Amino acid sequence: MIALLQFENVGLRYGIGPEVVRDLNFSIAARSFQFLTGPSGAGKTTLLRLMLLSLRPTRGTIRIFGQNSAELRKDELTELRRRIGMVFQDFRLLDHLTTYENVALPLRAMGRAEEAYRAEVIELLKWVGLGDRMAASPPILSGGEKQRAAIARALIVRPELLLADEPTGNVDPGLARRLLRLFVELHRLGTAVVIATHDLHLMDQLGFARRLVVGDGRVTAYDGVSR
Amino acid sequence: MMEIVAEFPRAKGALPASRRNVPLIPADSVAGRALVVVVAIMTFLACLTAGAALLVTKASQEWRSDVLREVTIQVKPLANDDVETLVAKAVKVASRAPGVASARPYSKTDSERLLEPWLGAGIDLSLLPVPRIIVVQMKESSAENLAGLREALARDAPEASLDDNRVWATRLGVMARAIVALAVSLFALVIVALATAIGFATRGAMAGSKDIVEILHFVGASDAFIAKEFQTHFRRLGLRGAAIGVSAGFAFFLTASALSAWWAHSPGGDEIAAMFGAFSLDGAGYAALAAVGAAVSLLTGYLSRSIVLKDLQKLQ
Repeated sequence: MIALLQFENVGLRYGIGPEVVRDLNFSIAARSFQFLTGPSGAGKTTLLRLMLLSLRPTRGTIRIFGQNSAELRKDELTELRRRIGMVFQDFRLLDHLTTYENVALPLRAMGRAEEAYRAEVIELLKWVGLGDRMAASPPILSGGEKQRAAIARALIVRPELLLADEPTGNVDPGLARRLLRLFVELHRLGTAVVIATHDLHLMDQLGFARRLVVGDGRVTAYDGVSR
Repeated sequence: MMEIVAEFPRAKGALPASRRNVPLIPADSVAGRALVVVVAIMTFLACLTAGAALLVTKASQEWRSDVLREVTIQVKPLANDDVETLVAKAVKVASRAPGVASARPYSKTDSERLLEPWLGAGIDLSLLPVPRIIVVQMKESSAENLAGLREALARDAPEASLDDNRVWATRLGVMARAIVALAVSLFALVIVALATAIGFATRGAMAGSKDIVEILHFVGASDAFIAKEFQTHFRRLGLRGAAIGVSAGFAFFLTASALSAWWAHSPGGDEIAAMFGAFSLDGAGYAALAAVGAAVSLLTGYLSRSIVLKDLQKLQ
């Protein structure tokens, strides 16, 4: 199985403090589905930031799409980020843009003309149920709508790897279930999905998903039940 | 895909109110408004110094041209000479010399009037060896024409000597160059102050837009794309500030021109007109002020771009 992301003896410390994560050895395979779990403050978000390469490990090697992250040039890093979708826990939508413009942002950043992606963005917004909220700006969206807009923004570039930080943390159980089905659908379409959550009930709904449990600065992987 | 759509509230098919290329950096912010004010003031000051330099340059050219086109012949009679004959001979020689437009002798009465402030009224100048003056207007000031006139006087009217005002013209030139150099230095200082203000404003806006920069980074925007967004944002702010500053500069010089025309015949007005001409810029002068505004706007965009690119290098 092709590994999109591979951690080899990775450790990270901030300044001269102790290592917050250490001896990380795991990989994320293409078209795989996994939960990243552990108690609050265990380092799930730090791990996601390492996967997104927004943090540099202080030791060890991260290979992403077959390349050593330490040897990447800035422009190569930008190219790789276009293959990764990230859903932030706090959504991180731009308040002065509409939902449509927020979702279209990655395509605009890639230099594509609005005419070329307009239909695509509208289709995706309808798919996530925001077809009638396209002109609304984030401050007037509900928590669930913001969450779906953030997910749509991560999906618009059809990423090979989707990282989601507590994507159901701010929504009611019904909406959480529907969002989870959205991620499963994406996985079926070929995207490798990593969802950081501490919601055991959510994880129990997807028995086939692998679990990466963060604790004491280390990660232990538990394979899911095959479907 | 349809399966998922059914899970969420039905889309009503509303199309987005799409705004083409809406700025990714919010257009209106406190830092942005402050920068517009700073750029407007700096542009106005830059326009004042540039305009003053242009006025002085133009006026000094006129002074020098006037001074050099007018030369003076002094006729110094000896004890038994008939001064009127000598003056008439010198006028005749001067009038025939190449490049001379006119030669006008000062009459005895004119000379008495010239000396009146020093000697008082009612003095009989025939008792004094007072030289007589002939004012010669040259068609154009050239060293060859002056040399020709000097030679002709030495040959045919040796009692006359030529004063070509070159010493005065040189001094005027030096003074004008010093004033222009001062104006250019002030202009340079204003531009340096403007660049520094833009630097602070850009860093402030970067700090205020940290989230936007991070999000753009994470969605795969290149440094060049982010820097271009900031450049567009700041160029727009710079353009707004520069337009206000240049408009104020235009208003200042138009008002100054109108006032100087109004004061033209007062004693003070004459002196100001002698120093600065009509105190009005011509079309090229106003075009230069507009060019200052355009340059300030471009400088604002360029500086912000380079600062943003430098700061982005530090981002992982």
